[in-house]
Amino acid sequence: MNKRLIYIAVWLALLAPLPAVIVFGVTAFNPIEYIERNLGLWGLRFLIIGLVITPMARIFRRPTLIRYRRTVGLFAFTYVLLHWLSYIVLDLYFDWPVILKDIYKRPFITIGMAAFVALIPLAVTSTDALRRRLGPVIWERLHQLIYLIVPAGLVHYWLMVKADHRSQLAYGSIIIALLAWRITDKAQAAARRRARAAEKAARTAA
Amino acid sequence: MLIRHAADLSENDVTDQGLYRRRREFMTGAIAMGSAGVLGLPELARAAPLTTVKSAYTVDETLTPKDAVSGYNNFYEFGTDKDEPAKNAGSLKPRPWTVVVDGLCAKPQRFDIDALIKRFPIEERIYRHRCVEAWSMVIPWNGFPLAALLNAVQPTAKAKFVSFTTLLDPKQMPGQNENYVPWPYREGLRLDEAMNPLTLLAVGLYGETLPNQNGAPIRLVVPWKYGFKGAKSIVKISLVENQPQTSWNMINAREYGFYSNVNPAVDHPRWSQASERRIGDFFRHKTLPFNGYADQVVKLYTGMDLKRFY
Repeated sequence: MNKRLIYIAVWLALLAPLPAVIVFGVTAFNPIEYIERNLGLWGLRFLIIGLVITPMARIFRRPTLIRYRRTVGLFAFTYVLLHWLSYIVLDLYFDWPVILKDIYKRPFITIGMAAFVALIPLAVTSTDALRRRLGPVIWERLHQLIYLIVPAGLVHYWLMVKADHRSQLAYGSIIIALLAWRITDKAQAAARRRARAAEKAARTAA
Repeated sequence: MLIRHAADLSENDVTDQGLYRRRREFMTGAIAMGSAGVLGLPELARAAPLTTVKSAYTVDETLTPKDAVSGYNNFYEFGTDKDEPAKNAGSLKPRPWTVVVDGLCAKPQRFDIDALIKRFPIEERIYRHRCVEAWSMVIPWNGFPLAALLNAVQPTAKAKFVSFTTLLDPKQMPGQNENYVPWPYREGLRLDEAMNPLTLLAVGLYGETLPNQNGAPIRLVVPWKYGFKGAKSIVKISLVENQPQTSWNMINAREYGFYSNVNPAVDHPRWSQASERRIGDFFRHKTLPFNGYADQVVKLYTGMDLKRFY
């Protein structure tokens, strides 16, 4: 298949929600609330899709899927950044005293802000050059932050709602399943390594 | 042609008000039914015009457009998204409807909604509406003071509070199949708050009967309190001795107090109440103490610590 065509399709799919949010937003009765919430929601969705890629690649034995993970992650970051900007600019219009008080006093904003800040180094270190300079060990360590960031995003979303957490429960179940897959996958890999080591030891002894 | 002077006309010549009103109702009803039949609209979508009188209760601020007032709603009986009540409230049948007024009163009664509308003059009152979620509107309500209804049933000296109960019927209110609110929705006021002339039982807005999503056929409007105090689609009003349970307080007492007076100095635990977004405006407005109605209601709370009784 044509790699370039696939890339274009992925880009278009990742870009599509943005004009949709803006068009539906400006016609909504409360445009600022609509735009702010939906940008955040798309950020969370794409972060989750980013977490789906590795298990998919492994389960369906399609290692080339990993190629799209960075694109998805960077788009997720872009939506989160726009969500953050809509809060700062559209919602509170640079009212820094109120913003700082929000961050300090309100757990859902504290958590959301922390998750946003933690995403920045991941986005910055996504270039090939920086990835090489950091080396695989440090780069992997750093990017494991995503396993804290995505649950933090969900908690941020959960705490924002007064009642009716059905959609949060749905997103939460998906996130738990994806993290659980990684834990069992790691455990299995470790078990395989131990078995191989034991086999090797047995052979050398014999 | 003989032109008679007013003096020649006796009381007998004048068509009885009740009669001509009924003719008007018959005609609007027939027209509405006809057009609903032709267009295939649900029968309930029709709003009937109300005969209203102007009142002194008004604010000199831009009215929120009707499509926003009836398109952006919190009415969890029909779903938790703002646009869901407008989409889903067609299943509510606001006629026939009975409101029971009972409890500690000399004359407990059941009132038919249309009899209520005829019994009290329907006033147009333009009130600010401030949601606990920090958005606001300016709404021309049509209704009568709750005090008028309470006076009709004559509360006894033991009555200290008034409780309001919304219809419980998951067939008409599909949101009640979910348990995020302990149904039925219930609200309450202290008796002196209930008797304050600002406290309104609304039966319409913009000169027509209430759209279902706004709490048809009758709802409470307490303009100096957060919007959720205004119970919608009320079936029962009871005079009671003790402070009644209220739905949002049952869900989360720390966030939603019994009083819930609009107060920019007392934040909701998750957001500031100092400012609000007026639907339709870009910049936030400063929120006023008691939503700008302090003159009329501050005396109700003298000596009370409003940070404690939020």
